[in-house]
Amino acid sequence: MPQTASLHLTNRLHIHIVLESESERERERGARMAEAVVLLDVWVSPFGQRCRIALAEKGVAYEYKEEDLANKSPLLLQANPVHKKIPVLIHDGKPVCESLVIVQYIDEVWSDGAPILPADPYARAQARFWGDFVDKKIYDCGIRLWKLKGEAHQEAKKEFIEILKVLEAELGDRKYFGGDAFGYVDIALVPFFAWFYTYETCGGFSVEAEAPKLVAWGKRCMERESVSQTLYDPLKVYEFVCSLKKKYGIE
Amino acid sequence: MAAVKLIGSPISPFVLRTMIALSLKKVEYELLPEKLGEKSELLLKSNPVYKKIPVLIHHDRPICESAVIVEYIDQVWPESGYGAILPADAYHRALHRFWTFYVDDKLFPSLVAIGKAETEEAKAEAVEQFRAGLRLLEEAFVKLSEGKAFFGGDQVGFLDVMLGCFVVWIEAMEEVLSLELLEEATMPALHGWVVSFRAHEAVKEVMPESGKVVEFFKMIRAMRMKAAADATN
Repeated sequence: MPQTASLHLTNRLHIHIVLESESERERERGARMAEAVVLLDVWVSPFGQRCRIALAEKGVAYEYKEEDLANKSPLLLQANPVHKKIPVLIHDGKPVCESLVIVQYIDEVWSDGAPILPADPYARAQARFWGDFVDKKIYDCGIRLWKLKGEAHQEAKKEFIEILKVLEAELGDRKYFGGDAFGYVDIALVPFFAWFYTYETCGGFSVEAEAPKLVAWGKRCMERESVSQTLYDPLKVYEFVCSLKKKYGIE
Repeated sequence: MAAVKLIGSPISPFVLRTMIALSLKKVEYELLPEKLGEKSELLLKSNPVYKKIPVLIHHDRPICESAVIVEYIDQVWPESGYGAILPADAYHRALHRFWTFYVDDKLFPSLVAIGKAETEEAKAEAVEQFRAGLRLLEEAFVKLSEGKAFFGGDQVGFLDVMLGCFVVWIEAMEEVLSLELLEEATMPALHGWVVSFRAHEAVKEVMPESGKVVEFFKMIRAMRMKAAADATN
């Protein structure tokens, strides 16, 4: 049994050939395109999921490569020598790192699909600001919820609830953070929707009680195929975190 | 009423970033410095999430976070002044943004750690970490500049602005702490880049005087040391 924490539950090969036409040439072109776009990733990573959702929204064919973080591939080490982290998008042999940089890259290169960032400069700036907020706050505070105990845990809980409330206020009564259109901030945040169960269980609070609009938003996002096909069951995520806790010797 | 206002002053490298961008674009604006130790009503209203400078206010709408502001400036005034700040092609844009993430997430905190270090050991460790980061940027510069003067090639680009804002602080810390951080021997390309960057008209216009930054650094160090001493009494 491998000693890694990442559970290879299924062989979900993410070779999404999303083509409209049935022709053989289209199929061939799709296969070639899939080779040109590679995503180095780990199944449970919310950062990797941002990239998968963006690629799916744009209908981009790509090859998914699952990394074993305890045994990183030479390709990963070469593609991201600075951080040696996933996700990495490799397009025509050129690596792009940092999930939100990758999402912007996908938006700019496959510009004929629906836009991820809005065209209007002010709306775009707001989207970037909130994407950055999600990046800075959720994951790091979330980790403290399941890693720490006592006073530090209470601090983390207080902070996390505050983060949820800020996001709830920003979303307001809109369908998505982008307004009527699913966009950048939605993509940045929605992978963490599958982590809400873990956060509230480890944190000792209810996300729905603190941020009901956010939960409703998450459910709306899950109606999109790009999201439902990418996010894992919250219980699987919780299992994964429990196995991490065991690995780090946390009770 | 100025259409463009900027809350902050160039002593903050993050404010300086946005001032360099505005200067490159030759945009006129009103600078609204904050008083040290106090946050104005305007700042609190314009940046309720972080309550920090810089904040750009354009037609009464606030934009926060320096990287977001610089991209906004580039998008709103695309052909103005020196032209585009973000590179023309998507891959280079991704590289400039990646390295900006690195500067903000890793390099800048290690610079701060040097200033805050309380023991010689801690300082040496922080210095080595910072230099290691600069060595990565040295490599990145060689690749991105392709023999030209800037990360953006012939023109000052996004990463030039996002990294160049720290130059005067690096120099101030080198002087006050008697250290060499940007070593000419191991980082010759970056050394050359600093000279080109400082010489650029748009940068010269807004770069704070070295003396002012040295004084400011000495002052906050003194404040911190006094607070630490008071805490242990």
